[in-house]
Amino acid sequence: MLTLIAILLDGLIFASWIFIVAVGLTLIFGVMRILNIAHGSLYAFGAYVAAWLVGQYLSAGYAPMGSFAVLLLSAIIVGVPMGFIMERGLLRFMYGRDEVIMVLVTYAVFLILEDAIMLIWGTDAYFAFEPYSLLGNTEIEALVFSNYDLAMIALALVVGALLWWGLNHTRVGKYLQVVIHDRELAQALGINVTRVFTITFMVGAVLGALGGAFTAPQISVTPGMGVEVIVLAFAVVVIGGMGSFPGAVVGAVLVGIIRAAAVHLLPQLELFIIYAVMALVLVFRPQGLFGQAEARKI
Amino acid sequence: MSAVKPMRKIFSARFLSVGLGVFIAVSLLTGAAPQKAQAAETLKIGVVLFLSGAAAGPFGIPARNGVETLIAAINGGKIPAPYNTKGMAGAQIEAVYIDESGGATKQVTEFRNLVQRQKVDVVVGYISSGNCIAVAPVADELKMLTVIPICGTPRLFEDASYKYVFRTISDSITDSVGAAHYIKEKFPNARTIAGINPNYAWGQDSWRDFHLAFKLMNPDSEIVTEQFPKLFAGTFTSEISVLLRKKPDVIHSSLWGADLESFVNQAAARGLNKRSKIILTIGEANMFRLGAKMPDGIIISARGPYGVLARQTPLNDWFRAAYQDLFTAPPVYPSYMTAQAMLGLKIAYDKASQARGGGMPSTEEVVKAFEYLKYEAFGITIDMAYGNGHQAFTGTAYGQFKFDKSTGTATFTDIMWFDPECVNAPKGMKGAAWIKGGMKGAKCG
Amino acid sequence: MRGMLSKTEIGLFVALAVLLLAKLILPEWAVTLGTVALARGLVVLGLLILWRTGLISFGQALFFGTGGYTVGLLRVYGGLTDIFVLTLLAFLFAGLLAYLLGLLISRYREIFFAMLCLAFSMMLYGVLVKTEVLGSTDGFNVVGLTLFGFPIEGNTLQTVNYFWMCLLACAMSILVHRYLSSTMGHLSPAIRDNEIRVEYLGVSVQRTINVKFVIAGALAGGGGAITAIAVGHVDPDAMVYWLISGEFVFVTIFAGTGSVAAPFLGSVIFELLRTYAFEYMPLLWQLTMGTVLLIVIVFLPNGLWSLVQRGPRKG
Repeated sequence: MLTLIAILLDGLIFASWIFIVAVGLTLIFGVMRILNIAHGSLYAFGAYVAAWLVGQYLSAGYAPMGSFAVLLLSAIIVGVPMGFIMERGLLRFMYGRDEVIMVLVTYAVFLILEDAIMLIWGTDAYFAFEPYSLLGNTEIEALVFSNYDLAMIALALVVGALLWWGLNHTRVGKYLQVVIHDRELAQALGINVTRVFTITFMVGAVLGALGGAFTAPQISVTPGMGVEVIVLAFAVVVIGGMGSFPGAVVGAVLVGIIRAAAVHLLPQLELFIIYAVMALVLVFRPQGLFGQAEARKI
Repeated sequence: MSAVKPMRKIFSARFLSVGLGVFIAVSLLTGAAPQKAQAAETLKIGVVLFLSGAAAGPFGIPARNGVETLIAAINGGKIPAPYNTKGMAGAQIEAVYIDESGGATKQVTEFRNLVQRQKVDVVVGYISSGNCIAVAPVADELKMLTVIPICGTPRLFEDASYKYVFRTISDSITDSVGAAHYIKEKFPNARTIAGINPNYAWGQDSWRDFHLAFKLMNPDSEIVTEQFPKLFAGTFTSEISVLLRKKPDVIHSSLWGADLESFVNQAAARGLNKRSKIILTIGEANMFRLGAKMPDGIIISARGPYGVLARQTPLNDWFRAAYQDLFTAPPVYPSYMTAQAMLGLKIAYDKASQARGGGMPSTEEVVKAFEYLKYEAFGITIDMAYGNGHQAFTGTAYGQFKFDKSTGTATFTDIMWFDPECVNAPKGMKGAAWIKGGMKGAKCG
Repeated sequence: MRGMLSKTEIGLFVALAVLLLAKLILPEWAVTLGTVALARGLVVLGLLILWRTGLISFGQALFFGTGGYTVGLLRVYGGLTDIFVLTLLAFLFAGLLAYLLGLLISRYREIFFAMLCLAFSMMLYGVLVKTEVLGSTDGFNVVGLTLFGFPIEGNTLQTVNYFWMCLLACAMSILVHRYLSSTMGHLSPAIRDNEIRVEYLGVSVQRTINVKFVIAGALAGGGGAITAIAVGHVDPDAMVYWLISGEFVFVTIFAGTGSVAAPFLGSVIFELLRTYAFEYMPLLWQLTMGTVLLIVIVFLPNGLWSLVQRGPRKG
């Protein structure tokens, strides 16, 4: 029983973390048809800026609780300008090229940003652990959970709800949905696709950085931290259906629970099982659990 | 999307040759260049340590600083007597630094480049067990004197023997057996144990040797879980839940680098250290960085009597002062380990030079001088008695972490030192077999 | 042209002769680097076949690693030591694996194809990393190899392996060239443009793609085997991880797909670039590689090969 609770909560914590990263990835793919490998770098930048800013903030003697606002702020300062520069300064010149070329362009950006991190922050690890223990713990029999981790679940819910509301109840969101559904139709309707692209990419970038910023207080932030995340987020996106918002939710929960179950019950399978699930889903539903099937072109 | 053009008219033999010519020309030009840069009075040392990635901050950088401290001192003849001669066999040292990250296969390729393209005379380096095991056979193949200061896997000299490879520390058997002894002495009631170790040779060996030794000393003990997270995983949420749920008396971990810092943070926040005694076999490297963030009472070692655990000797005092002059922070055990490797190398070079009546000795002569060398390093005596004279035979020390709030420094309480004969297999015997066979012949003081 | 050598094939033979002769003047390190570069070129040659059909695999390291581990495992557990036998078995096993997976993967296109390949490669990675008898993260050494029963090591091994790799590169390029010039090969661009039309011709697109997948997989396996022999070590991070697959795709686009020689040329330039970037800018080599890739994508949409291609037309 306790094992079940542990698996469920560990799984949801992991799911929340990967959801925040993956939903940005799936949004960008859905709207722009770009599988953004540089999303991993945004995650890492978010973590670095957060660790650095929180350190500055706390050493200046401000109220510790305010550090959560600093984490949020870090994601915005990273995501907005970097998203804007990447989309306006580089990607827009590539629109119309093959999807694979687009992936490679973001791969090149990823390589560049990996070293940029070392240029800016050096090779030393950064840590700003304070916010992690600020919220105290919750005890469930033998288990102790950090409330910070549990708050990640709440954060993921808020992010999800905001995105859902944004997509369904704002004008930009509705434009986005049209673009996701049919880009040519959107243009025909007079939607400014260029602007939609820029906004989407910035929102996606903020989400990537947000995932990193809120991971920062848990870990020692080091170069190379974005590499592992990106391929996990890919798995979530592919399982859920590329470009599908509910897909990202379900994909993240599925991956989180399965991984947690593996760690508790069969630690040997931890890495293997995530990709096995991804392959299984692709075999039976190549478009992912919530993806739209595409008609074959004639 | 551009259509692929038919390739009939594309190319003639000429133009393929042009491409190949470029490769050959570049290789030749640069292959020839470093040779003339090699002057007679300098000794070129390739230094391979983690300079990027998760292992750089707590490990690679202090290790490199240890090398730099020694190079400056050796070149200037500033180490106290009897090591106060300038240079190695009179030659000034010139170092080339290479990043150790990227995996063993890449390191093997880079090792070849160091030897064949950069023409180094000696290689000093390798922190990761995976890398040192992969590189050692290539070092012998290329006849390149290679001194390994940190890598700790017992497999290096137990599964093979090398002529040109030296290791100036004990292997991880020492750490694991020492850990079991320390628990036995200080926490005799501990019965259930758990492990969280990185998923590669280092972590697997460390854990196996520890739990075998522990079981031998406490036959009624029991393993409740063994976790092997991937190296540099970062978050250990689920693993910590498992450890909390199983409530072991003792948690053994050989995690290191950024992983160790992340684990300590997450474990401490969730009170894991209050429920179980945590033993970090290599926690000393991170303790000054973590400071007050490391909970008191965690059992820590420095993979030997290094750092704060080192004996106070004039040489040790000199090293601490020289290091702190250059880098402000106190030296941690990776700094000690690279420093004593450099010192051993200098002694071997000087000895070999003397034996031939002065001048630069050949690699073979240095190898001969290095084998079974016994020398006084920084607070420790290095006795190259293992692996046919290629590996050091040293003891270790464990203590419990305490953050002294009044001075703001990280310290130890309840320190125990273990003699080399207590925590190592007798010479010529495999460590794991020795533990399984009941650790016969161990002499503990 | 039947029965005769085409211009491309003559070119390849000349290249082979140049490469073999180059051994006389190349420094030792360049021989190893050249072997590894050509071996990786072999993987890229496979990707070229897929790319002509409009497909790309983000998991080609799966077969590269299969080849490497075939050599490693057969050497350590199977006691096989002959480098020719080991390499040929690596081709075979990787091809077989590609055939089995291809039955499934060949039903998919575009990004789904790429992602499924990625999933399978990461599954292998997950298994290797967590399995101690397979060396887990460390991998293991591949030493004690023989040639016709005689033990070879060191320089001799590197030299023999280099010659063997040159022969393989030439032979495989010619075979792939002939394949691409055959009816089956000519279907590639057709499938890329419109597969339903191809099916109206009475051809099974899925089977055609599976054949290509098997060829690509086998080539990658051979490349992995040669790399394992040259380096003397296999480990999952250097042979199976997604970053390695990414590098193969990188070289495919970087080199261009205009000729069967492009993958080898591109791969050699890539390896040289990387090793020098690593030597002179140890903390900036990724930045260098990324910038070069961007420049090639922007200014040379058909890859480096378009530079070679442009040359002869003028003259």
